[in-house]
Amino acid sequence: MNKFTSLLRKPITGTIIAILMGFLCAAVILACAGYNPIHALSAMLQGIFGRPKYMANIIVKATPIILTGCSVAFAYKMGLFNIGAEGQYIFGALAACLTGITVNLSPWLEIPLILLAGMAAGALYGALAGWLKAKFNIHEVISGIMLNWIAMYFSNFITGMEAFHKPNTSGTFPINVSGFTTFFPNWKATEEAAQFMKDNPFLGDILRTDFNAGIIIAIALVLLSSYILYKTSKGYQLRAVGSNRYAAEFAGIDVKKNIIETMMFAGLLAGASGALAIMGNNPHAVLEIAAFEGNGLNGLSVAFIANGSPIGCIFSGLLFGGLLYGGQSLQYVVGAPTEIVNIMVGTIVFFVALKDIIPVIADKMEHRAATKKLVDQKEGASS
Amino acid sequence: MEHNTKPVNAVEMNGIVKVFGNRPVLDQVNLEVEKGSVHAILGENGAGKSTLMNILYGLYQPDGGTIKINGQQVEMKNPSTAIATGIGMVHQHFMLVDVFTVAENIILGQETTKGGAFLDMDKAKQDVLALIEKYGLDVDPDAKIEDISVGMQQRVEILKALYRGADILILDEPTAVLTPQEIDELINIIHNLVNDGKTILIITHKLDEIKKSADKCTIIRRGQYIDTVSVKDVSQSDLADMMVGHQVNLKVAKTLMNPKHVIFEVDDLHARDVRGVEVLKGLSFKIRSGEIYGIAGIDGNGQKELLEAITNMIHVQGGTIKINGKEIQNTTTWNTITSGIASIHEDREKRGLIPDFSVEDNFVLETYMKNPFSIKGLMKQKAISDFAKKQVQEYDIRPNGCEKDLIRGLSGGNQQKVIIAREIANNPDLLIAMQPTRGLDVGAIENIHKTLLDQRDKGKAVLLISLELDEVMNVADTIGVIYDGKIVKEMPQDQATEHEIGLLMAGGSANE
Amino acid sequence: MLRKKLFKAAAAGLAAMVCLSGCAASQKKEGTYLVTMVTDTGGINDQSFNQSSWEGLESFNQKTGADVRYIESKQASDFTTNMDRACDAYSDLVWGIGFSLADSLINIASYNPDIHFAIVDQSFEDTPMNVTGVTFRAEESSFLAGYVAGMSTKTDRVGYIGAMKTFVNDQFEYGFLAGVQFAAQERGVPIQVDEQFTESYSDVAKAKAIANKMYSSGCDIIYHSVGGAGYGAIESAKENKKYIIGVDSDQSYLAPDNVLTSALKNVNVAVEELSTKAMNGEDIGGKTFDFGLSDNGVGLPKENKNMDPEVYQKTMEVQERIINGEIDPPSTEETYKAWLSENGIQ
Repeated sequence: MNKFTSLLRKPITGTIIAILMGFLCAAVILACAGYNPIHALSAMLQGIFGRPKYMANIIVKATPIILTGCSVAFAYKMGLFNIGAEGQYIFGALAACLTGITVNLSPWLEIPLILLAGMAAGALYGALAGWLKAKFNIHEVISGIMLNWIAMYFSNFITGMEAFHKPNTSGTFPINVSGFTTFFPNWKATEEAAQFMKDNPFLGDILRTDFNAGIIIAIALVLLSSYILYKTSKGYQLRAVGSNRYAAEFAGIDVKKNIIETMMFAGLLAGASGALAIMGNNPHAVLEIAAFEGNGLNGLSVAFIANGSPIGCIFSGLLFGGLLYGGQSLQYVVGAPTEIVNIMVGTIVFFVALKDIIPVIADKMEHRAATKKLVDQKEGASS
Repeated sequence: MEHNTKPVNAVEMNGIVKVFGNRPVLDQVNLEVEKGSVHAILGENGAGKSTLMNILYGLYQPDGGTIKINGQQVEMKNPSTAIATGIGMVHQHFMLVDVFTVAENIILGQETTKGGAFLDMDKAKQDVLALIEKYGLDVDPDAKIEDISVGMQQRVEILKALYRGADILILDEPTAVLTPQEIDELINIIHNLVNDGKTILIITHKLDEIKKSADKCTIIRRGQYIDTVSVKDVSQSDLADMMVGHQVNLKVAKTLMNPKHVIFEVDDLHARDVRGVEVLKGLSFKIRSGEIYGIAGIDGNGQKELLEAITNMIHVQGGTIKINGKEIQNTTTWNTITSGIASIHEDREKRGLIPDFSVEDNFVLETYMKNPFSIKGLMKQKAISDFAKKQVQEYDIRPNGCEKDLIRGLSGGNQQKVIIAREIANNPDLLIAMQPTRGLDVGAIENIHKTLLDQRDKGKAVLLISLELDEVMNVADTIGVIYDGKIVKEMPQDQATEHEIGLLMAGGSANE
Repeated sequence: MLRKKLFKAAAAGLAAMVCLSGCAASQKKEGTYLVTMVTDTGGINDQSFNQSSWEGLESFNQKTGADVRYIESKQASDFTTNMDRACDAYSDLVWGIGFSLADSLINIASYNPDIHFAIVDQSFEDTPMNVTGVTFRAEESSFLAGYVAGMSTKTDRVGYIGAMKTFVNDQFEYGFLAGVQFAAQERGVPIQVDEQFTESYSDVAKAKAIANKMYSSGCDIIYHSVGGAGYGAIESAKENKKYIIGVDSDQSYLAPDNVLTSALKNVNVAVEELSTKAMNGEDIGGKTFDFGLSDNGVGLPKENKNMDPEVYQKTMEVQERIINGEIDPPSTEETYKAWLSENGIQ
């Protein structure tokens, strides 16, 4: 009994149950809509694990949301809700793209330079939201939403400028090839490469995708965030403010400064996410958009599923990327609308939100056992 | 049959069991209250007395046991059932609508209407006035709640219960917020109620009030029923022993102070509260090395703002705060700390602790960035653990070996010990303790008072701000009475009388 | 107890895996012709190209029984992966809807020489052998739109809202301008055309602001070619109770009393026709198909309740003259100037 209830109490148990419940709900909805749920879900799993390139594509899809998720999680550790990750992502992508178009160095300099540009732009944009909060007490959710729209229109404006706009497209010029993080970008276009990919189906499969080095950078940044949070005195400060800002204030910690710094770092992560997307994914350019692409907003779900843990974001980002990508094969193969996938993601997030109920259930079970024991003892004593 | 030979008890609770989580908080507790008597429930904090009363009032469901009201078994599903069976409860925190008048608050939820929909305020006011008259509960039914004193608000709560037809009245820690004079008045009211046949239950841990007001007393210790005694047959220290389970020293053993130079000085301090109302109106005092300066007063006379001004949580509009001759007003909290001032906030959970941090991490809340706890910006967990372990030993923080546990799991007394240990580890020249024993049991209080005295004897200055007059009288060497943002009178402890301080606290003067 | 439960869960998982390997891989029915279209980020119900293309494929499916499917792209980075996925399912023909997908399509086409690709609204300088471009002579429908506007205007002042100076937009702009001038010549009055650009296909607010300005400065008919941003212009027409000419699809449902007509781009016709050709084994690769009035690739709707029937009659006559080559609507600034001087308009 105790073993079981203590297993139930582990945070990861709740998350796994939430994910399973999400799949279950999706299955029920699929069945109601007249699709064979087993067929549908297997099509989805097939679309996730079926071929090496599918997994490569999922990693590609997961890379930006792991970082935006980490951005949200990091800010959340200090009690801030970084809904502005979307705008920071857009700014990061834009700055990275402009740098990549205008500067052409060797890849060893070009890639770090583009990444730095993206991180700096995201960090500044994040710090702006933090500054508004610290200085004028404007809630970061309100300012974040507004700044997201500003970022989107600003990005569209720059995209339309003659200097950057690629004629007869809806986007900018692509960045210089030296800034690509995909493997062997130049070689891939050659005959020799085509032959190689034919001869090596496994590697060829992966090489044909946008599989790129961004995931390594993303994981490194996540580990860095986790290190800062848990191993440095700065991280101690942030967590103290996040957990109880009143006590932190009373202990002499400058809360406002911490708000700005935290939003700055969260923005840096989201900006890095945008830069990696530009460097790693076709079309290596910023396109004019009518609605948010959702890389920042999906970060909220990723952070939430990860229970606010930066390292957890790596896994929940992969899960989320898998759902998004595998969901498309659900639609393609079975003909079910992609909305089903959105419902599934929604249910998972919903159950993750409810997962705190599981320790409560564990408490209830223990409570019942304890009461029974107590009553039994008394009865035993009196009889 | 039995009923004929023995008067029916107003309340009978038998074998009450209540479990929170897997922790039993009430284990087979019994309570019998005679009709028309004043019955006190005595116990330390966390003993389970409030839980017991909340069960009687239907706020909690018991996990075992039965409740009889006037001989009839009742299942208390919720407070509505309790009210219907004639039980009323006055909580420690009043539940009144500030902008409504006294009469409006009393009839709230029980409005008399005419024509089905329209409030009949005249009739309501008459009913309320009749109650006021009958029990000597002196309040103006047309006054707004926000304009009347805490003592009067309490009377409104009592009236509210009576208006709903309560025969059995539960008072939860009724004297915690009252001045000595108001306490006397409350005791009078209680007598009036009993004379009219009402039954009163008082939850308290103040022994002298039990002696003054109650007929019988039931003692609960750690969820266990201990005994029910006739108050007139026992002494205060007997009650204390039963409550704590061992011999306690009610008075702090204290040597005479040996004060030297002035360490801390507040001069003509002016400050506003969050609403922008001036609450410190030229407050001044001095504390010398080796002296405990106690500030006595009723809540809301500027104590909170005084602490916040010293710790630079708020800005002051005028005056100076000096520690060792250095002015610190209107700087930063960090400056206050580094200038040698350590403070214990009255709101332990909000201002003193990071509840989701471990005990050891809470120990370094002000020193985490200093060697050896962190070197070049990296935390050294080993050094923190070692330090915490030492402190846990030294201050006897329980459970032993709790360094890695979350601090929220500790009892209030042990949490407070962590805070005090942390603050004293800074080796401050001035230790400020605001309400340091609030919500703690007798054992913990004794411990904390000793620590304050130790600081004094080491030649440090101590500022004790407390709403408990007893505490100030017991611990302080010099007493300053705060009223309306000023220290109205200052006196050595041995020349102070409770009566005089009580009058000063309420805004009177000793000469009246 | 716990161990038992774990075991049960593991067993269930194993069963699921077995089932999986059993029922996977059946991505395409043997012997059927599979056409897959990849949408741009507007989604399948975009009231525009994606939707129209899908209608074309559905009609294709009804007539031929071929298997048709679509994949929605949510982000620009989906283009390549979706194209790729379509290829994995052994599609015979893959459609990319919109020029945004051009780069991805060319990229994927180079890896899949056995699969045929086609793209809407794009032509290539050097078209690969397994790729087909599809373009529309929007200047023809725009010319008709301009003619209708020129014949219908009461204030002799009309407006044109363009997106940005691109090759595609030029077709709309100069076709329209020529059509207006053609009507002006016929009526013998000068007609002023106000022109402004939104610099965006999505900025609804800007399109609305431009339209408001045009209406208030005396234009009574506006033609827009700004895609989704055009909703703003239509909104403005409604509020100002003036006329607007829609684009791409029949937009009269958006403002039944204000849409004069629409310059249609019948993507469905093109998609269906080329899909049929490809299925029948015709070699359509390596070139670009240009759809115009003659093959019903562009045109005006048949029902135009706000248009004077006489004007419609005349417009149909003009349409005939375009189809038989009498009138050659200009599609660039250069050809427009040439056209003006040819027709004796200054």
